[in-house]
Amino acid sequence: MQTTNAVNGANYLTYQGRYKGLFGWIFSTDHKRIGLLYLYSIATMFAMGVMLGLAMKFELLAPGKTIMDAQTYNATFTVHGVIMIFMVVVPGLPAVFGNILMPIMIGAKDVAFPKLNLLSWWLYVLGVVLVLAALFFGPGSPDTGWTFYAPYSFKTGTNMLPAIFGAFVLGFSSILTGLNFLVTIHRLRCPGMKWTKLPLFVWTLYGTAWIQLLATPVVGITLVLVALERVFGVGIFDPALGGDPILYQHLFWIYSHPAVYIMILPAMGAISEIIPTFSQKHIFGYKAIIASTMAIAFVGYLVWGHHMYTAGMSGTAQYYFSLLTFIVAIPSAIKVFNWISTMYKGSINIQTPFYWAISFIFVFMIGGLSGLVLGSLATDVYVHDTAFVVAHFHYIVFGGTGFAFFAAMHYWFPKIFGRMYDKTWANVGWLIFFIGFMALYTPMFYLGMMGMPRRYYDYLEEFHGGNILSTFGSWVLATGLLIIVVNLIRSARTGAPADANPWHSKTLEWTVPSPPPVLNFDKEPVIGENEGPYNYD
Amino acid sequence: MSEEKHQHIVPYRVYFIILIALLILTFSSIGITSIELGEYTVAAALIFAVIKSFLVLTFFMHLKYDKPYIRVMVGFVFAIFLVVIVITFLDYLYRT
Amino acid sequence: MEHVHHVEHPDMYDEESSKIGMWLFIFTELLLFGGLFIVYSVYRFMNPDAFHLAGEELNRFIGSLNTVILLISSMTIAMATTALRKGDRKLAIALVAISFVIGFVFLVNKYFEWGVKFSHGIWPGSEHMLNEMSQGEILFFGLYFVMTGLHALHIIIGMIIMIFAIKGLANGKITVNRPSLLDNAGLYWHLVDLIWIFLFPLFYLIH
Repeated sequence: MQTTNAVNGANYLTYQGRYKGLFGWIFSTDHKRIGLLYLYSIATMFAMGVMLGLAMKFELLAPGKTIMDAQTYNATFTVHGVIMIFMVVVPGLPAVFGNILMPIMIGAKDVAFPKLNLLSWWLYVLGVVLVLAALFFGPGSPDTGWTFYAPYSFKTGTNMLPAIFGAFVLGFSSILTGLNFLVTIHRLRCPGMKWTKLPLFVWTLYGTAWIQLLATPVVGITLVLVALERVFGVGIFDPALGGDPILYQHLFWIYSHPAVYIMILPAMGAISEIIPTFSQKHIFGYKAIIASTMAIAFVGYLVWGHHMYTAGMSGTAQYYFSLLTFIVAIPSAIKVFNWISTMYKGSINIQTPFYWAISFIFVFMIGGLSGLVLGSLATDVYVHDTAFVVAHFHYIVFGGTGFAFFAAMHYWFPKIFGRMYDKTWANVGWLIFFIGFMALYTPMFYLGMMGMPRRYYDYLEEFHGGNILSTFGSWVLATGLLIIVVNLIRSARTGAPADANPWHSKTLEWTVPSPPPVLNFDKEPVIGENEGPYNYD
Repeated sequence: MSEEKHQHIVPYRVYFIILIALLILTFSSIGITSIELGEYTVAAALIFAVIKSFLVLTFFMHLKYDKPYIRVMVGFVFAIFLVVIVITFLDYLYRT
Repeated sequence: MEHVHHVEHPDMYDEESSKIGMWLFIFTELLLFGGLFIVYSVYRFMNPDAFHLAGEELNRFIGSLNTVILLISSMTIAMATTALRKGDRKLAIALVAISFVIGFVFLVNKYFEWGVKFSHGIWPGSEHMLNEMSQGEILFFGLYFVMTGLHALHIIIGMIIMIFAIKGLANGKITVNRPSLLDNAGLYWHLVDLIWIFLFPLFYLIH
């Protein structure tokens, strides 16, 4: 049943305001439309990143040159990384689901600064255009890796400046989104929506927003310094002029490590909504999850050097970073314990989001445990810059944020589009994807331990078997992905109409029609005196 | 809402007095760094800078008259920055 | 149907939200410069003597003068917020204008300072630098130009914001109930002052 609303019966999808058609979308300040704009842009960039990934896997199908030479391979993994990190997983959950749902979840009409929100999206688009320009114009695509390490990043003849500038603009977009969410959560909660009653997804968006705000400027200035180095030769990271390339790495990772918590915290927040809903039981340890969220956000600032164990830091720094890295693993483990405890003695409603959620726990655990191998100095020295690392971060980021994204997509799909997806195809897609994922990444752990380096387009014959399995896995994964995406697109157009709360969930977005009306609520919700979160009547 | 801002208007002379204090601190920092203090010169100059910034934050930027949570946020941001610098120096101080 | 577009753009203004929003933005600026302060502190630690030597080259008088006038301009823009609340709109405009002019003077001083450096052959990548200077000195001047240059850019931005504040005061958009444009212009300017409070001793007061 489509919705009714004070504004001539329109919901946010169909409403026509000052601008008509496409302009009504790209100039909209409605947080729900902006969230969808992000969804479509991010999905597009994800598709591009996937193609690049498939191309890399194809090259690695056999030793020696298969379809591309070394230079092209370097460019491919660079752009793959830049797209996936800066354009997909960092904006990912906050920009899409945070935008569409967070204001509704706290009982607000919109975010605190709707026009700034639109600007954030436009900056995202500008950043994407700049980075793509680096590929198609000028002396050739960047080949430094997404990490832009000095001194190569200022010595390489490839087209770095647009890429650097694009990354800077994307960072600015991220900062403004974080700023907007922080003010929104502080100031726009409806009456009775105390901090201790907030849904966990909102809490994780809050922690994430702080990281977006405080960490991103550091990589911003670092990129500016690299650009200045290229243009003016300032000398700050150039060893010939007294600069220290390791300092570049410090500054880069001071952002980029917290950035991975930007990626994973909202993912954990979404999982924290999904598991209780489909276990039909309250989350176990609400306060513990909040505390561990804030702990991860804070301690995450203190561990960046574990990306640099072999770079040339002092022994003291190495020991310190290793210790802190082990400490930061603890809050994540607490969350896993809480999720599983939630399921215990629950009544499981087995649906697609739940499949994604439990497979998330599975792959996230593998990724996390492999992180301990990397966090420990003695073992890291052995596997640093090998395929083992590649496996680790794909398990954590693709397995973590990626799986959570698909979980969230299927969970909130009926709310966002007012229609239900085809459940059979969704589950088939999930299963094929999951199998492909395991086949693609598991061999990399083994290959890395056997000594196969990362970022090389060639490898020794002894690594051939594992690579064949991995490449086949990529094709299976791509097939699953295709099924999932096609299913979602078709269902958005012609799926069965969904009502307000198909999952019997407790948060406020399920009390408004599917899709929601333009200003979310006909009347501002007032939360009663019932203690505790998720009691909103 | 920030009721206190409407009720409490900061008198002009408060700002003026703070300026005088800032100027005194500025000239003191110029003076103290003329003395040969060796490795403590940086520390001395920075102490004056910290006091000056505290005055700017508290009075010019109104933190004294705003709700406390903003002060907490400001303190937190400075704390994070300091922690990051200290950790970075765990590398540089102990390199062989 | 005219009322319809208001639905999509509800007036979300709230003074406290505006204030916190500005503070959060200030935090990003603090960390942006913070990254540069980290670089400075590391290279100063590694090259203490070269930094001392290079620091002698800077003109302490101009640096001090700029410090003093910037502090005065902070006072005047702070006073403008009081003037608004006392209903003295004309005074508020005059005070912001004074801050604006001082910002301009600051930039002029900087222009001359840099000009002197350039005339001595000192700029990033110059022959003189690469041939005559030690690595520590090269780093000092690299940081000097980047940090004071970025700071000057923020002075310009602050001045532009002040223009909007003056406009808002003149046409009545800024009121006691909607003071944020003026208040936030002030906050931004104080940030610019704060950064200089640290830049000044670290570059000009080591000798």
